[in-house]
Amino acid sequence: MDDFVYAETDPAELARYQEEVQTWMNENMPRRDPVNPWHPTQDDDERSSRNRELQRRLYDGGYAAVCYPKEYGGQSLTAAHQKIIDDVSMDFDMPILFSVPTLSICGPVILEFGTEEQKQRYIPAWIRGDELWVQFISEPSGGSDMAGALTRADRDGEEFIINGSKIWSTFAQRSDYALMLARTNWEVPKHRGLTMFIVPIHHPGIEIHPIQMVDRTEEFCQEFFNDVIIPAENVVGEVDDGWTVASRLLFHERAAVGNASPYTQGRHRNRTADGVEDLASIARDHGGADIGRHRQRLGYMETLSRVEDLLSARVVKGIEGGFLPAPAGSLVRLFHGLSRTERQTVAMEMQGDRALVWNQGEDTGAFGTEYVQRQQSCIGGGTTEMARNIISERILGMPREPAADRDLPFNQVPRSG
Amino acid sequence: MRFDLSDDQEFFRETARRFIESEVPVSVVREWHDLPDGCPPSWWQAAAELGWTSLMVPESLGGGSISGRPVVDLTIVADEMGRGVTPGPFMPTNVVADTLGRSGSSDQQALLEGVLAGEVVLGWAFCEPGGDWSAAHVAAEAAPANGGYVLTGTKTAVEAGAQAHHLLVTAQSPDGLAQFLLPADTEGLTITPQESLDLGRRFAEVRLDGVAVGSDALVGQPGSAAEADVERQRQVMVVLQCADNAGSAAKVLEFTVEYAFDRYSFGRPLASYQALKHRFADMKLWSEASQAAVDGAADALADGGDEVRMVSVAKAYVGDHSVELMHDCVQMHGGIGVTYEHDLHLYLRRATVNRGLFGTPGDHRVCLSKMMGY
Repeated sequence: MDDFVYAETDPAELARYQEEVQTWMNENMPRRDPVNPWHPTQDDDERSSRNRELQRRLYDGGYAAVCYPKEYGGQSLTAAHQKIIDDVSMDFDMPILFSVPTLSICGPVILEFGTEEQKQRYIPAWIRGDELWVQFISEPSGGSDMAGALTRADRDGEEFIINGSKIWSTFAQRSDYALMLARTNWEVPKHRGLTMFIVPIHHPGIEIHPIQMVDRTEEFCQEFFNDVIIPAENVVGEVDDGWTVASRLLFHERAAVGNASPYTQGRHRNRTADGVEDLASIARDHGGADIGRHRQRLGYMETLSRVEDLLSARVVKGIEGGFLPAPAGSLVRLFHGLSRTERQTVAMEMQGDRALVWNQGEDTGAFGTEYVQRQQSCIGGGTTEMARNIISERILGMPREPAADRDLPFNQVPRSG
Repeated sequence: MRFDLSDDQEFFRETARRFIESEVPVSVVREWHDLPDGCPPSWWQAAAELGWTSLMVPESLGGGSISGRPVVDLTIVADEMGRGVTPGPFMPTNVVADTLGRSGSSDQQALLEGVLAGEVVLGWAFCEPGGDWSAAHVAAEAAPANGGYVLTGTKTAVEAGAQAHHLLVTAQSPDGLAQFLLPADTEGLTITPQESLDLGRRFAEVRLDGVAVGSDALVGQPGSAAEADVERQRQVMVVLQCADNAGSAAKVLEFTVEYAFDRYSFGRPLASYQALKHRFADMKLWSEASQAAVDGAADALADGGDEVRMVSVAKAYVGDHSVELMHDCVQMHGGIGVTYEHDLHLYLRRATVNRGLFGTPGDHRVCLSKMMGY
């Protein structure tokens, strides 16, 4: 499975579905807060319980994760149906927390590699809004070199004992389970000694430390594992074949970030197209005298936003039609990182000094803070440098970067510290 | 290249590419630089036989598109011509033929038979010295006299102006914007070839010194009808420029990637250096995004709806990124890239002209900003 199947669907059926979804949303889902759509003010507990409750509402209505098979709690519908839900739900508060990574990254990995027992146990729980998942993939020793994981899982009969640390898991402190990549064999080259596990997060031996970001939010976490005992039935795929699973996880992550996954659900508040309208209103209110310069930037942001949508559609079509290889999702990832940093720069500059110094009780400083941490969108979800490696090597076919660790047993690979 | 071509469109595209590769390889393009008219008339007739001038002409007048979405079909040819830096009066002939097909009188539409055969070339005299490519900048005057009009003014950068058998002239009349179709030998019309950065295509200055025409020279009605025609002409022209530049950029990137594989320094191919690989990745992104922008604009124009916005989005993106891509490819080539002998400058010249005519990316960004109420 190198890409998704976007089943053709009868336009009359889709029109009917659109109407049905709209009616149901109007009656059952809360409207988005138009006053403050950019910066959610809820604290983490509120956010978690709110998302779980909204997911449950979608489930009860039959509109949760509709591309999942019926036997696991989905509706066995097509990507076209999910897209209708996404379009309609733009105006509504949606359980965005469940979209990435639970439903769109962890989900398809379990669907593809999970045992029947794992599927029965976990998938319905996400779709009902009962359990939220995260990824325990990156490590403090290096974010991009995923296969160089140092967290160890040592087998002891029917159990594994985990020791080590993971980082950059989103919202782990309020989540329930994680997909974790750990090293089970140190005598073989790095890609061949990894195993993927399902790990209950609130479990003896796991410590979770929230990481305070530049804007003082604590969405990301670092976890420490100290003799954590996990049953062997929690292995996903085969022992020592975790890289096969991880590669698919990366594929689904690129699809989710590149807006090409049928398993994402609802749209993020900060979609760039909405952002440009917001920029236009900032320009009207605060643009000041420098109209010519701001018009250039506003026009440029509108251009980037529209081209980003067109590029996403082109890449999906290109991969489906065999014109582009599956890694072409990295084109969208690179474009997104660059356009997002640009948007945050422009938003900050259009606010003028109000983004730098503001009166108590105002929130214009958020634009300054977003600007200061703007590189986040070129780092998280795979850096733009990794995207450029992938584009040059796997689309243009250029030679791969030399890797000193490629055929070396992992315990002989030089490492920092 | 689009990813959604039908079998018929794909056949049409492949035929165009083979025709260009066999009849006008870049070595021939260079020979044609010395031709005053830019290309041999017999070649243009052969191109017309392939359908290059019939796509925008209604079936009832002998034309017809491949897919029922003529603008999309036209961008297929523009893309291939960009790849080949192919000369010829392709853009103005099609843009004017489109207007004659929709708004021309039956006498004017009778000309289309010659257009379909490649025997009649059409030009659009629109821009004026110092103008900004908006309809509002047009100052050429159409003064009513003796039941007809007297035309006065100066037009610049008229593509194929000296080759065209008929010129569509845009002017201001007391009833608003008006368009007239004039035979090139009309009295009072002075057509002077201009020099151009693009060595392949031809441009001319057109002076109107009290040109007396009958009301039968009017194309459509002055005022809002003519404004709509001018707007449509502008949009089609911009989409074709963008398709041309996207095709050029894709081709330039292809041969530069090839060069990076073949060229060794310090015992390694250029393609193995990460510093260069990352630049190539950016260029691939610009190239694919440019194609996406062209396709989006062509679709909007074919289907109606958001075409004003999407045409400006395409020009604002493709105009800048195609040309920057080519400069970067010059850099990848090193010294050979800035020689006359290398083909790179042929692409860069043409792309730069497309970038500037009918509005720079900056002009189009301003349009977009205004559309958002700022």
